[in-house]
Amino acid sequence: MAAERREFKVIGKPHRRIDGVAKVTGATKFADDLALPGMLYCKLVRSTVPHARITRIDVTRALAAPGVKAVLTGKDLPIPFGILPVSQDEHALCLDVVRFIGDPVVAIAATSEDAAFDAMDLVEIDYEPLPQIPDVDTAARTPEPRIHDYGDEGNIHKKVSLVFGDVDEGFREADTVRDDLFFYEGNTHLPMEQHAALAQFDGDGKLVIWSSTQTPHYLHRALAKVLAPLAASHIRVIATPNGGGFGGKSDPFNHEIVVCKLAMLTGKPVKVSLTREEVFYCHRGRHPVLMRIKTGVKKDGSITAMHFQSWLDGGAYGSYGVASTYYTGALQTVTYPVKRYRFDGARFFTNKPPCGPKRGHGTPQPRYALEVQMDKIAEDLGTNPADLRLRHLVPANSVTANWLRVGSMGLGRCIETVVAASGFREKWHKLPEGRGVGLACGSYISGAGLPIYWNAMPHSGVQLKCDRGGGVTVFCGSTEIGQGSDSVLAYVVAELLGIDPFDIRVVTADTDLTPVDLGSYSSRVTLMTGNAAIQAAERARELLAKGAAAKLAIPESRVGFANRRVFDVEDPSKGMTFAEAVVAAESQFGTIGTVGSYVPPPSPGKYRGAGVGPSPAYSYTAAVCEVEVDKDTGIIVVKKTWIAHDIGRSINPVLVEGQVEGSVYMGLGEALMEEMIYRGNRNVVHKFPSLLEYKSPTTLEMCDVETHLIEDPDPNGPFGAKEVGQGPLLPMPPAIANAVYDAVRVRVDEIPITPDKVLKALRAKDRRYGPTKTPTVTWPEPIVVPPPWEGGTGKAVSGEGAKPIVIGAGGVRK
Amino acid sequence: MMRLPKFTYVRAKSVREAVRVMADAGPDASFVAGGTDLYPNMKRRQQTPKTVIGLSGVRELRRIAGKPETGLVIGAGATLTEVCEHSKVRKGHPALAKAVSLISTPILRNMGTIGGNVLLDTRCNYYDQNYEWRKGIHFCMKKDGDVCWVAPSSSRCWAVQSSDAVPVLCAIGARVALASQSGEREIAAVDLFRDDGIDYLTKRPDELLTEIRLPATNGWRATYWKLRRRGSFDFPVLSVAARLWFDGATVKDAKIILGAVGSSPLDAHESARLLIGKPLTEDTIRAAADAAYKPAKPLDNTDFAYAFRKEMAKQYVARALRDLA
Ligand SMILES: Cc1cc2nc3c(=O)[nH]c(=O)nc-3n(C[C@H](O)[C@H](O)[C@H](O)COP(=O)(O)OP(=O)(O)OC[C@H]3O[C@@H](n4cnc5c(N)ncnc54)[C@H](O)[C@@H]3O)c2cc1C
Ligand code: SF4
Repeated sequence: MAAERREFKVIGKPHRRIDGVAKVTGATKFADDLALPGMLYCKLVRSTVPHARITRIDVTRALAAPGVKAVLTGKDLPIPFGILPVSQDEHALCLDVVRFIGDPVVAIAATSEDAAFDAMDLVEIDYEPLPQIPDVDTAARTPEPRIHDYGDEGNIHKKVSLVFGDVDEGFREADTVRDDLFFYEGNTHLPMEQHAALAQFDGDGKLVIWSSTQTPHYLHRALAKVLAPLAASHIRVIATPNGGGFGGKSDPFNHEIVVCKLAMLTGKPVKVSLTREEVFYCHRGRHPVLMRIKTGVKKDGSITAMHFQSWLDGGAYGSYGVASTYYTGALQTVTYPVKRYRFDGARFFTNKPPCGPKRGHGTPQPRYALEVQMDKIAEDLGTNPADLRLRHLVPANSVTANWLRVGSMGLGRCIETVVAASGFREKWHKLPEGRGVGLACGSYISGAGLPIYWNAMPHSGVQLKCDRGGGVTVFCGSTEIGQGSDSVLAYVVAELLGIDPFDIRVVTADTDLTPVDLGSYSSRVTLMTGNAAIQAAERARELLAKGAAAKLAIPESRVGFANRRVFDVEDPSKGMTFAEAVVAAESQFGTIGTVGSYVPPPSPGKYRGAGVGPSPAYSYTAAVCEVEVDKDTGIIVVKKTWIAHDIGRSINPVLVEGQVEGSVYMGLGEALMEEMIYRGNRNVVHKFPSLLEYKSPTTLEMCDVETHLIEDPDPNGPFGAKEVGQGPLLPMPPAIANAVYDAVRVRVDEIPITPDKVLKALRAKDRRYGPTKTPTVTWPEPIVVPPPWEGGTGKAVSGEGAKPIVIGAGGVRK
Repeated sequence: MMRLPKFTYVRAKSVREAVRVMADAGPDASFVAGGTDLYPNMKRRQQTPKTVIGLSGVRELRRIAGKPETGLVIGAGATLTEVCEHSKVRKGHPALAKAVSLISTPILRNMGTIGGNVLLDTRCNYYDQNYEWRKGIHFCMKKDGDVCWVAPSSSRCWAVQSSDAVPVLCAIGARVALASQSGEREIAAVDLFRDDGIDYLTKRPDELLTEIRLPATNGWRATYWKLRRRGSFDFPVLSVAARLWFDGATVKDAKIILGAVGSSPLDAHESARLLIGKPLTEDTIRAAADAAYKPAKPLDNTDFAYAFRKEMAKQYVARALRDLA
């Protein structure tokens, strides 16, 4: 790859973001800033009951209300949709059943937001209540009535069982076996920008929607499905810059579909801006997960076998849930070698807003369980937890028991770095009571190996256009959600073409103008769009080099690009401006436009379920947290976090550090206070869908952060870069839990670790607070796949997965 | 966006005009000072006044006058920032300054007034929700419904007195002045509150709060402690205001008020009684603190587990008393 060859001019430098000035001056137009002449305002009437059959909807009074132009019900949009092909279980407006408080039933378009709001109260809806299923326990006990008429059984959406090697034998080989239960409460993304969308239907039959979405391509597909017969080619999706997404804007949403339909019906532009409460109902956030982890270890700490089980509370719809379920069992193996591994997972439907992907998608919960259990194992073995981990690291360039191919692996350096920086060895078990340190690690994918729907096309495409004036435009379907993806495209292209990132115009996230990129999820954007951009830029460079070489009468191989010049590397004074090089090339070849695309390498796993977990590269993180715990109140203050992240290479260290700090902040909130909880006794209503009462840390609760970047370029990353958007969150909850233990010697095996739980643990005989039982689930016949070191081929030898077939989160390459 | 209902806005320029407009407009009117409590409540349709009488133009309500030694007077319209940054308040009434400085965020303190804070609506997380949400629980007794979801068998509302300034004002024995068409009256701050989540004030709706009159600062010390999830933004879910008079090392008199664990500020009489006539030692502090457990009556309608809040009453009384030792 273009990576290794020279000193960089742009890559690795703390450049400003290309959208920085617009963002800080307020010039950036978010979806809610948009307005079109004659625009109507849409409001959704949502279910006020958690589970019921709709027996009557009467919209006559609403339709007659002043200013109201159109009213839609489920019948107007009967085609189901959903992000995964296997979970097409949503309707833009509920057809005959409502499944949670907040499920949209009726949409109103009126000439003002007030008029639409006033008309909401005039809609009459009668419900015939169905039994409420507020949680996993009830769902397990209540197969009927089913919340959906599909899924593995009763109210279980999905059941998974995967076995890699003889796990029982592995436990027999162990010197000690730990068996622990953990619970991780659900929480939500809380982006500052509330979702908004504006749709316009032209006289020529073309539809445009501007929306705060992280996945314009998937929205495009969903719209084409539900708005049929409107052709996909007549639908244009423009993702506006997102004011934060974190996974909460990566499903196609009912409000997006509704404004499109209303625009088509009324011929007027229609806009919807969700309230904060409605954002809580969109949710798709962290699944509440109950986990059991049984691990066998030798005296030296090596893991002989692990059996991981998870029970996920999925909420009312499928969303990404099938993938989330697999993710709770996928990445346990990429940090410390697990010789034999078994995973059982079940996702349940409940009458609550649907869960889905939030930063770390399905992996922070099991990572918390695993890292706290590692701490317990270290304690049992009388070993320092840093040494336990350092002694047993997955080697670089290896394949795990569940057939994930690990490339570069910098976790050892991460651990050593944070241990040294924090003085972990001097502090651990030695600080005065009430003060403690905890260590934890994590790993995350740099992009999912497979797309959401099975296809053989690129995951990311880039088109690049060079103008005679020296301007360069980069077109890419990727979506700026605040992470800096637009800037990354500019940096990569600027590096290769020897120009300034600010010379480049970046056009992104517009399905009419830009080639497909799958979206801003799974930490895929830098790696995949970066590689696609490198390919496009190298192709442009080749054309420009040819043009310049002819003009300079030198061999093409001697042409260099730097400082907006194209020149002879042996005599840099001989050359021309970049614009002149474009002219030379265009004179020779015609219009200069190139393309690049990226497809991840195939994964060695070939069993049913192998689609979740593979990635071109894994990032690694280690963190040490130092906490203060007040034994009288149980209140925890995180004083400082030292965190080291194996980024491969930072394209821009300032952006990388921003992602690390943001992850620390989000992880801190999840660890200490954030929870999506419901009034089980009151209609399963969300307890506090507001920014005031849903507790998320303020700057006052934020700890000091010392970030260390570990750079060990990965051959699959653009210039060696790996992900940073999600991975650094993973070690936070377990590092805090382990630090609480070090401070006051109690285990809180449940996230969030609130003061009352600490007090309860301090008073408990076993000095623990956490779950004590699991629901009963009949696991399916497991898919048995021998690990690489037991002569496996990556294929299943028995169970349902013996023949590779397409699964929810993508498919399996043969 | 959450929308305000429609209403008529009248901007008053004097106390006289404000009370006259109020008398004319009748029960469908509301005063508004900073609007940081009233407007969010209106957006949630908890309060839907047809006429809103703005007080921000009433200069006489904004003054802070007098001397702490003889009695400082704070106009109801002084902003929370003006109160907590005022040098005389800080020097003479550090407990009040601290309580006010802990209210919400700097931005909100620039807008909110001390008068609005004293009269703040009681809070409950079955009630501080928007209209659609409340529809989902068939509303509750405090607004539009007939059951209390916190205590379904109870015939009253248990919404929580949530002002930070109120416990301090009650503990130090402040008085408040109320004006209406029929004249002015002055009552003790404690007597302004009623132990009922709905009918939480003894003030008549037509009465305007004009002044908060602080007692002379001689011979007593006071402090304030607040429990909340986050160090900014959050309402108290338990608070303790304590005022002690000393005679040498002996406690001559004591007043301990618990906030945010009942519908009105609660007087922890027993805790105070256990201190009187005794020196303030770790033992007497512990005894007084333990006695605060009983009167604290938190229910499951704020942040944090209510059993935890009840238990914290002991810890926070102890902490407050240690401040004064
Ligand atoms: C996010 C948020 C956080 C908050 N956190 C806290 C907190 O931590 N602690 C806390 O104590 N409070 C808190 N508050 C509540 C509130 O904003 C403040 O208490 C503020 O002081 C209220 O003052 P105001 O002038 O804005 O009141 P307004 O909203 O103007 O009025 C409040 C009520 O008092 C009446 N009123 C106002 N002035 C008069 C008067 N002179 N005479 C008669 N009636 C009058 C109004 O009619 C209304 O019913 C918070 C509010 C928000 C929105
Ligand atoms: S305490 Fe009861 S009646 Fe009062 S606001 Fe809360 S739920 Fe309603």
